[in-house]
Amino acid sequence: MSTNDADTATDPHGDHGHDHEHPAFLAHHFDTPEQQYDSGKLGMWVFLVTEVLFFSGMFCAYAIFRMLRPEVFEGCSQFLNTTLGAINTGVLLFSSLTMAWAVRCAQTEEYKKLTTLIATTLSCAMIFLGVKAIEYSHKWEMGLLPAGMFSYDPAHPHHADAPNYLLWICLPFALIFLGTLIWLISSIVKGNKFQTACLKPLTIVAFSFFIGIGLGTILESGNKGESHSTASDSTEHIESADHSSEIASVGHSPESSQGGHTEYGVMERLAVDATNSGLKNELKALDAQSELATGTVVLDHSTDVDATIKRAPRDFLTPSRAGVFFSIYYCMTGIHAIHILAGIGVLVWLLVRSVRQDFNRQYFGPVDYVGLYWHLVDLIWIYLFPLLYLIR
Amino acid sequence: MSAHDSAANDHAVSGDHHEGDGYDFAHPMPLPMLFTVFAILIALTITTVMQASFDFGSYDVAIVMAIATVKAILVGLFFMHLLYDKPFNLAIFLSSFVFVGLFVILTVSDSRLTSKDFIPVDDAVITSTAE
Repeated sequence: MSTNDADTATDPHGDHGHDHEHPAFLAHHFDTPEQQYDSGKLGMWVFLVTEVLFFSGMFCAYAIFRMLRPEVFEGCSQFLNTTLGAINTGVLLFSSLTMAWAVRCAQTEEYKKLTTLIATTLSCAMIFLGVKAIEYSHKWEMGLLPAGMFSYDPAHPHHADAPNYLLWICLPFALIFLGTLIWLISSIVKGNKFQTACLKPLTIVAFSFFIGIGLGTILESGNKGESHSTASDSTEHIESADHSSEIASVGHSPESSQGGHTEYGVMERLAVDATNSGLKNELKALDAQSELATGTVVLDHSTDVDATIKRAPRDFLTPSRAGVFFSIYYCMTGIHAIHILAGIGVLVWLLVRSVRQDFNRQYFGPVDYVGLYWHLVDLIWIYLFPLLYLIR
Repeated sequence: MSAHDSAANDHAVSGDHHEGDGYDFAHPMPLPMLFTVFAILIALTITTVMQASFDFGSYDVAIVMAIATVKAILVGLFFMHLLYDKPFNLAIFLSSFVFVGLFVILTVSDSRLTSKDFIPVDDAVITSTAE
């Protein structure tokens, strides 16, 4: 006992003298593999709780701003591509399946399958990021940026002088892919079997990002007409309001000369200014009245013409309002994407360990814990997708 | 050192009530179960996308959140293994949602009471002057 004490005192982390036998994977402060596994799992669950609370802050911000400005969320949501979001949901759900399957394979000690499944999970994560890169770069090019940088102009949705954002996002991933490829080739040449076994799946994983880019490009171009028309439909009147206010401030209003069918000249000219929303509605009401009077319509069913200021159409595409939506959008999806990147990091570590055949039916904790983390990331996306993409 | 070890050992043994010797504790999920859960999740995703093209008025958010919650429960119970996990882990995880609920409800109701709109307006066009 005294020698033991001396040993641990001089070399706490070294090869200390054991008075009990235990397998290499069992840390000496645990009695059984089950105790070790349960402790780790409890720690992981506590970590997941902190993650849930962390994300809840952003969900709370979302709830408050949506409550304040529901029409901003409805309008801006049209700019998000539902097809891409749905595909990404499917990809993440599939990666969750392969992860749960990987945990099973770690428990049943099927090493070939375990490596393949972890690599599949990783590839899905990369595809997710690739699709996300298409979504982000497309929005940045249109100036759909967070509050403060928001510069979307419905008349010229595509900024001509914008840098090629997609290229810049792809650059690090291309470098990673080339790096793994070169490393793989050198390991094959050197005959390092372990490195080759690790790098083969990793090269495919690094390439998967570009599969995601391709998938996103195809879906984006196929969906372009539709998503743009809905977006521009709802923004049409704002567009004109924006422009006319600019022109009105200069003091010259071409719109009164172009709308020649009316007799409310001065009033219309005033209503051109978007701030006079009450006047706008009064004009509408007068129009409806005269229409009824001339008998062009017998019964007017549009009861929404009541000339009250409450009925005034509220613009959602002003930089500060739409900017707030996109701030929330980028914050939530961006932090989710950072979690995906972190997940990729730990999954690569798992992949190397699974090639090393570290896991067995008594020691599969790391796979299980990473799996739990990965499912939580999936779980957050399950809520993010309908809350951001499916508002109508 | 060894005295401490044996004390910990005794404690662990006395506190160790579940299955056997603590060496055979793995519970592999049956594959058909995983595939079924995945199929249901995909079906629910398609449902939630489809329902977005119908107008349910103010029930929209409720429907969307209900579907998302069903999906979350499926992922939690089967993929995250909570169905076969220790109830304590489930309690910890669920407790986080209790606090999320408290946090969100109190904050949202507070902002509802105190401030109508606190988004700073820096636009040239101000459209909503009154509420």
